Amino acid sequence: MPEILLVIASDPFAVRAALGQILDDPCMADLRSDLRARAEIVLAEVLNNVVEHAYADGPGEIILHLRCVQGGVICRIRDFGRAMPGLALPGGAAIGPDPVELPEGGFGWHLIRCLTEDLQYCRRDSRNELSFRLPETARAH
Amino acid sequence: MELVAKETGGLLLVQVLERRIDAASAIQFKDRMRDLANRTAGNLLLDMSQVTFLDSSGLGAVVAVMKLLGPGRKLELAGLTPTVDKVFRLTRMDTVFVIHPQLPESLRDAS
Repeated sequence: MPEILLVIASDPFAVRAALGQILDDPCMADLRSDLRARAEIVLAEVLNNVVEHAYADGPGEIILHLRCVQGGVICRIRDFGRAMPGLALPGGAAIGPDPVELPEGGFGWHLIRCLTEDLQYCRRDSRNELSFRLPETARAH
Repeated sequence: MELVAKETGGLLLVQVLERRIDAASAIQFKDRMRDLANRTAGNLLLDMSQVTFLDSSGLGAVVAVMKLLGPGRKLELAGLTPTVDKVFRLTRMDTVFVIHPQLPESLRDAS
């Protein structure tokens, strides 16, 4: 089963480079362009959240594991930084009639929640683990 | 962050010559746009046709530019590529900004 395992530094330029590497990987190159676009959006948000929040205090490593399976891409992202506040995923910021009023950071989690399935977070042995599936076919919005 | 600006017909046309407005470049984009916006008093039209990717930081920067223009001036967008368009639609920002499928014909030579 085609898979990608990457370890990257917690840095926005390392995130950018990793996204390029993932999308160029043979495992991802054959996917439909819509799924590739969704993968890039979601992985950018997830990885940049780790850089900005989990590793807000300093450097660290982010471990990515992606598996291309029948029906989509299964992703697991681990880091050794700060836990999510309350050990839970931030609430799904619903976008109201005036999207501009969405609190800072709300766009990112909104995008992740729109584009993933089976989104799960757990904290184990001083480690954060976020897992989700990018479905083959996008949900209607 | 390479932006090329040209004043044309009372409008400041800004062409983004970068592939990505993301967490690594959003602050630079916002700062450069602020400088350009301060040089003129009219509306801005942002040509995004070279930008293939924009994340929530980039989106936040575009919204910040709109806010710093204030209520009397407008920021319009043109030429969103597929992934950028998807981010605008999913966050309903397509209802906030006037988005032109491509640059108006009268401005194409200007860029």
